[in-house]
Parts: sequence; C-alpha cells; structure tokens
Amino acid sequence: MTARAHDALVVGGGLVGASIAWGLLRRGLSAALLDEGDVAFRASRGNFALVWVQGKGDGQPAYTRWTRLSASEWPGLRDMLAADTGIETELQQPGGMHLCFSEAEIELRIALLERMRAASGNHGYDWRLVTGAELRDMLPGVGPKVIGATYTPYDGHVNSLKLLHALHRGFVSGGGAYLPYARVTSARAAPHDFVVETQVGSFSAPRVVLAAGLGNRDLAPLFGLSAPVLPNKGQVLVTERTRHVLPLPTVCVRQTGEGTVMLGDSKEDKGLDLSQSPDVMAAIARRSVDSFPWIGELNIVRAWSALRVMSADGFPIYEQSRTCPGAFVANCHSGVTLAAAHALHLAPMIAAGELDPMLAPFTAGRFDVPAAA
Amino acid sequence: MFRLRPEARATVRVTVCGEAVLVPEGASAAAAMLLVGPGAARETAVSGARRLPYCMMGVCFDCLAEIDGVANRQACMVPVREGMVIAPQRGARKIDPEAA
Repeated sequence: MTARAHDALVVGGGLVGASIAWGLLRRGLSAALLDEGDVAFRASRGNFALVWVQGKGDGQPAYTRWTRLSASEWPGLRDMLAADTGIETELQQPGGMHLCFSEAEIELRIALLERMRAASGNHGYDWRLVTGAELRDMLPGVGPKVIGATYTPYDGHVNSLKLLHALHRGFVSGGGAYLPYARVTSARAAPHDFVVETQVGSFSAPRVVLAAGLGNRDLAPLFGLSAPVLPNKGQVLVTERTRHVLPLPTVCVRQTGEGTVMLGDSKEDKGLDLSQSPDVMAAIARRSVDSFPWIGELNIVRAWSALRVMSADGFPIYEQSRTCPGAFVANCHSGVTLAAAHALHLAPMIAAGELDPMLAPFTAGRFDVPAAA
Repeated sequence: MFRLRPEARATVRVTVCGEAVLVPEGASAAAAMLLVGPGAARETAVSGARRLPYCMMGVCFDCLAEIDGVANRQACMVPVREGMVIAPQRGARKIDPEAA
C-alpha cells in the first residue's frame, strides 16, 4: 500500500499531540494525527485540569519559564480555540493556593518559593503566604487545620475535556487528518524521510512528532531518540455539583466551571496499573475535608485514576533526533498547563525544523549521566 | 399524566412542591413527583433544563430532589414516609461553606 504523504505526522492524539498538531496546521503544514484509540492510557482524559505554575521548576529555571510562558499565553489559546471551534474551554486564572497544615510545611514552602524567586531573577516571581482572616476570606470555609497557604497569581484551571475536544475539532475542521485506531506497528526512519506503519495504513512525511505519552518509551528508539518516561498514578474523586463556593483552585481541590468539586493529587508508582484503591481514595477524601470541611456534606458521584507521564526529574523531554533530523519527541506530565506553549511555540519550532535553545535543557541526554559508584 | 392504578391504596401523605399527595406505601418519592406532573420537574444544574423522573431505577439522576431538607437525593431510590416533604432540585445544590 502506498504511504499517504503529509508534511508532518504526529503520533499520539492526547493533549500534547493534539496541541502540536493543531499548531502545525496553523503554520500551514498538512498533518496527520495518529491516535492509538481508546485502548491507550489516556492521561488527557483523567487529569486534574489545572493550569499550574506555583512550585514548578525548582532546580530547572527553564521549566519555570516554559510553564509561565504557557500560562501567560493560555488566554490567547482559549480565544483562538473559541474562534476556531466555538468551544469554550472555561479557562480561569485567578491565581492558586497551596494549603499548609503545619509550621514545618510552611517553612519548606517558603524556602521553595524563595528559591524560585531567586532563580527567576529579573523575570520576578510573585508569591505570598496567606494566613488568618485573609485566608478565610480568599478560601471560603477553609478548615481550622489549615494554618496557612501560599498564593501565586499565575495559576488557574480549565475544562480539559473541552480543551481536548476543541483541539481535535479545530484540527479536523482545519483540514488535518485524524486517524483513530492507528497504533504504530513499525517505522522506517531516515533524515527528513519517515514512513510510519499503523494498524490503519502507512503514512509518510519529512517530520514526525512523537507525542504518545507513555508509548514514547518504545517509539523513540525507532527514530534515534530516547524517552525514558514512567507512569505515576493519580486518583481523582468528584463531588455532585454545587453552587459556586471556591473562587480559586488549590493543588488538591478545585471547583469546576460546572460546579463539581474535584479532589485529587495522589501519587503512586505502580506501573501500568489503573486500579483504584479504597485507602488512597479515603486519604484524598480526608485531606479534602481537612482542607474544606463543607466538602464532607457533598456526595461523591464519580472516581477514576489515570497515569501521569513522568521523567526521572519530573521535567519535560523535548528533542530532535540527531541521527534522523525531522523526528521530534515531546513528553511531559502537564499537557493542560503546557498546551499553549506546545501549540503556539513548540509547533512553530518543529515546523521550522529546529528547537529553540530555550528547550536545550530538556533533551533526554540529561538522564544518561552514569550513577556514581 | 400519571395516575394511580384503580386498585392502589394511597395511604401515605407526602408534600410535593407544597401540594399534598397521597401515595401507596412502598412507592418512591419520584412516583409522588410523577403524580404531581410537570410542576414537579427539576431544573438541571448547568443549563436549567426541566426534567421529570425517568429511569426510576437509580441510574439517570433526573429525579433529583430535596427531600426533608436534604438536597440532591435520587427520589426514585427513596421510599415515601408519612409527612415527607419533597421539592424538585432547582439547579445546583447550595452549600454553606461556613456552616460545616
């Protein structure tokens, strides 16, 4: 069968792949989005939907900058998607809170955010500790066990399912080729000349972008790349809808645009395992009620788990293949937060054939340092 | 729209939207709402669309009601009790963050 030719093939139809594919289309490239289908581990459908900056990039200022760039361009992405598709992604960026339950936790938090402020240099990094009456004012019904919270003005949240929907709709209506059930079975890679075999046929292009999340681990070596990512499980509980109570999101509790309250932020390294467990669910519920006792009055209506795509240091992986230029890898655990950076910055770099030096710290080579004996 | 079967013995008195209704013992609060009809329709939390009980088996959540002061109950899962006060859920439930 003849391979169908495009300017770019994007492997992975989740938020990372769809953001890049939509961005490539906006740059005038023809693109095919090869999606594994509903058997894939869909981090894009199980995430917590924060557009989050606070605390990200400790030890890697380039990640802080990339994250903040994306958060600051999110309103533009929202407007473009709304104009393109009519879909409202419900972005709100009122700033975000990280709750602290002990003096020790507050000390650690202050040290972290002061480090981040220092590392941000002239770019600045606004944060403050909120306590007492001001805390109760900003977070109605916050529990007595919460002794303080750190606030940064950059944070927010969206409806990430609508984001995924909008990116897909925008991609398809813009002339992109969306291929479901297109699990990649093999590939032939040469510089700027790629043929990818899938369950639904062959595709060729001078550019390939690997955005298959956990699947990148096996795909990357086919293109002279490396993506040493591992799954990290998060479980989420969702309450019934209520009138709006929470004016801003916290890391573990947020009220969605349609009124449900999402509770989450568990972290487990259990491999490719999506099972839910009563002990973790109970711990999430307990911390949520400690944070906001009124949550205890609400019914839980849904619960699920999903797998984060984690590198060893928690930072993204972006790289162009040295042996097969034209092949790129993109991995991160923040496909929501970074959607604007991926669509409006990374995609143009890929279209131009070169990653900006600002992404140099994110090559996978950083994981190759041999461990000290 | 809905009415009792002729042989039914309606002996339990409940209130739906302020209206007294007699229903058979063992019936659900949702059945009492259906006896009242369209006036007992809830309003959905997001769009405000009006809905009456539908599946009557705990699946569709279209029978959400405030029953004896407790919001968002699935009325089809709650058997009637003498004196029960039933009001269809209008929009998202309220929560008082300071009361908990």
